[in-house]
Order: sequence, then structure tokens, then C-alpha cells
Amino acid sequence: MASEKQKEQQEQQEQQEAPAQDHTDNVEPKDEVTKKGEEIKDNLDQLLDEIDEILEEDSEQFVENYIQRGGE
Amino acid sequence: MKRRIYGLETEYGIICTSSQQADKPMSIQSAVMYLFREIIHGRMYPDVFLENGARFYQDIGCHPEYATPECDSVIDLIAHDKAGERITERLLLSAERRMQNENVKGKMSIFKNNTDTPGNTYGCHENYLMDRRVSFRQLAAKLIPFFVTRQIFTGAGKVKPSNRGRYAISQRAEHIREEISIATTTARGIINTRDEPHADREKYRRLHVIVGDSNMSEYVNLLKVGTTDIVLRMIEANFITRQFALRNSVHAIQRISDDVTCTRTVELENGRRLSAVEMQLEYLDLARQYLEREGSDPTTDLVMKCWEHVLTCLQDDPEQLDRELDWVIKRRLIETYASSRNIGWDSPKITMLDYQYHNIRTDVGLYYKLEHDNLVERIITDAQIEHAMHHPPETTRAKFRGRFVKLANEKKIMCGVNWSYIQLYEPYQKLFLSTNPLQAEYEEASRMIYSI
Repeated sequence: MASEKQKEQQEQQEQQEAPAQDHTDNVEPKDEVTKKGEEIKDNLDQLLDEIDEILEEDSEQFVENYIQRGGE
Repeated sequence: MKRRIYGLETEYGIICTSSQQADKPMSIQSAVMYLFREIIHGRMYPDVFLENGARFYQDIGCHPEYATPECDSVIDLIAHDKAGERITERLLLSAERRMQNENVKGKMSIFKNNTDTPGNTYGCHENYLMDRRVSFRQLAAKLIPFFVTRQIFTGAGKVKPSNRGRYAISQRAEHIREEISIATTTARGIINTRDEPHADREKYRRLHVIVGDSNMSEYVNLLKVGTTDIVLRMIEANFITRQFALRNSVHAIQRISDDVTCTRTVELENGRRLSAVEMQLEYLDLARQYLEREGSDPTTDLVMKCWEHVLTCLQDDPEQLDRELDWVIKRRLIETYASSRNIGWDSPKITMLDYQYHNIRTDVGLYYKLEHDNLVERIITDAQIEHAMHHPPETTRAKFRGRFVKLANEKKIMCGVNWSYIQLYEPYQKLFLSTNPLQAEYEEASRMIYSI
């Protein structure tokens, strides 16, 4: 397991990298941006289709049956 | 306290539906028995400690519950909380295989959320080891306003179908009835007074927090525990002198939860009116001053940066946080789906979608679909989670417990384990008790473990 310090450095790096990436996105050529936009849209469409599948199960009955005893 | 012990307990919701629509679902009791069968190793009760130092057991109300081992870093804690989900997922998959072999039809779903359809609730409890010298009255007075308002970033979100599909920020807010209470199953309080430190009582108090939601987002877990830790440090140092006391905290927690714009204000005892964001900004400001004086560390720096980021966005437009905060991520997902399929928010499909966000199966749960498509912020890696499933934290008492459990399981020796002790029965007849959860190595414990 990476030491805690290494992990923290790694996260900090990731945090620092995130805005930098946004920056490069902005200067990408336009067709690249469009392509990326389409990719995100395709992913989203696929996700919505997957949700359709999950909800194909009888939602009404599932929701009605989801009864727990109170916990804690 | 310079070093603090943190722990998270998560109660999962569970349902086993039959593939035949007309059939009733399997009872929760039977489903939980299937889930536990693999790990109880011949014990009478479904209550075991694991090789990573965690405890997995059946709680009141028949919930599977996972309590992380003692962690002294928030990052470790996030990994161990996720490890609990993965361990539960593995048990679920093997329970389903066993059911199939026994010709029992059914599909099991486990949710890391806090409410069911009729409105029963089950919790995610945070635990913080604290300096005993802080007066409880002071602690409660300074913490309650913080807990009432932190939900704007810790909330898991909830569709309220009975209320024409309105959306609340927090799942737990509507179940809180008191400011301070010992109860966890009735009249729940913002501050819970259960105080079992599993450690030297003279020195330590255990702060047991039951007001929070269960979180899928690693980013939220970092914030939830990280900001609370910083506020506790300030309280222990008697650094908070501003008056934050609310006129009616129970009313305020509800009022804030019901406002997704995060602009509503609540009244303080001194007559001021503040929004939850404004109150949190004041705590953030104090934290900045405190850390300037006392010094920080990389994890605290990260927490501060995320805290500032979410408050700035919440003040501007909460919708911007659809990669960071559970309640915003889920709301955006529901909104997108409902409008593309032209479904009203009071439809059972939307409630189902709400539940499925919290499904712990990484191949089914909607949070994990988003994570897979890189649509949510992460704090740790899958490798860290996998590691935490099998290894205790290196720097706390959980280390010797984990090693002990692993060896005893390998050698098939019956033993006694609890948070503060390990025990061998005949013919060894040994018991080792530790009252300091911050210490990882004990010569006596090592000798006992290697005598097996």
C-alpha cells in the first residue's frame, strides 16, 4: 500500500491537474470539441438506455415491496 | 487532538425480489441469512470481525451493517468505507449463486441509502475520538449549527413521491426530532449522546454522529469527515467564540433540506438570519484562521480546498456540482432521464431510479455507471479500495486485530474479538486488551498472535 504521504501527494496532483485539463479543453480545435461533445452525448444516451433496462423490472411493485425495518 | 480515530458504520437496505411477478419477495431475514452464510464460520450469530479489522454484522432491524476499522486518516477511512461496499457486493454475488444452486429464485439488491418506501430509516453513523476535557454542553452548542447546515454538501438527496415528487437535499433530515438525544431508533437527535469510546474513558470521548446520510461519492465522504474533524479541532482548542446557536435547530434542518436552491435563511438565537451556505462560509473562515495559527497537513489542505470549492459553487449555482455532490449528481441524472422519457417525478420509475443510484453492485448501480463513464470526482483509486478489503490500517489498533483474525481464520481457531480486545480460548487461554486505539503495535499482542 502506498504510504499516506504518497497518496496525499497523488491526490494533490490530481486536484492540481484537473483545472489544467479544463484549460486545454478550451484551446482545442473546434472539431475536437464537437467530437468530445458527441462522445458525451453518446455516453449519456447509452446510460439512459441502461436505465430503461434497469427500470424494465416492474418498478411499481419493486418500490412497493422495498420495506425495511427501521435500523440503528 | 493531533491524531484522531475515525470510523464509519453503514447500515444497508436489502431486498430480494422474485423473478415471478406474482410471488412475494423473500423475507429480509432469509435474504440476510443467505448473505452471511459464507463468513460466519460456524458462529451462532451473524457478527464477525474481518481480516481488514472491520466488523460486519446483522444489526437491529435485520440490516447488514459494516463498521470500518479504526482509521487515523480520512483517506484511509474513505478507502475502508468503499471496501465495505465491495465486501458486501462479493457476499451478495456468492449468496445469489448459492440460491441458484438450491433452486431458490430471486434477485438480491442492496442499497447504501437511508430510507425505504414507507419511510423507515437506517443510518450511516460517524464516529470521532475526542478529547474528554471538552465540556459536552460546549461541544453540542458549537456542533449543532454546523451539522444542521453541512447537509448542503453531505446530503444524499431524496425524491419525495408523496409530495408530488419534490426533492429533498438530505435523506435523514426529516427523521431528526431533537437537538440532543440518546435514542437512535426513535426521537433521533442532531447530537447523539452514546459515548462508548472503546478506549481509556478518562482521556477520550467517542462522538457518535447519526444525523448524516450515507454517501456514494468519495468526494463527499472526504468533505463530511474532513470538515467535521477540523471543526472538532477548533472546539477542542476552544477557538470558536462566534455565536452560531439557532433559534430552532430541528425546524432549521428540515427547512434547509427542503430547499434545493440553498438560499433559504434560518434564524439564529441572536436574531441574525443566515443561509446554510453563509453559515458554512463562517465556519470555513474560522478554519482558515485556525489552521494559519496551528499549521496544516496535505489532507487538511485538500479538505479545505474542496470545502471552499463547494461553498463557492453552492452560493453561485448548486447545479455546477454535478460531479461532486451526491444530491446534485442524482438530481441531475433523474432530471435528464425524466425529461428525455417524459415521465413525471411522482412516477414509481423515478423512485426506483433514486434507489438504484445507491445500488452497491458496481455493474448495476447508477452511481457506478457514472463513475465508469468518468462523470464523478474521485479521491481514491480502485487499487486502494481492493487493498483495504484485505488489509487493516497500518497505524491504529486495527492492525493487530486484522492480523489476529486472518491467522485465526487460516488456522480455523475459534477466538474472541472485539474493538478493544482479542482472545484465545482453550488451550491457550489468553486475552489482550488495548485501551489506546491510536497504537498499532503491542509486544504482548504480537506474542499472542504468533503463539497460534
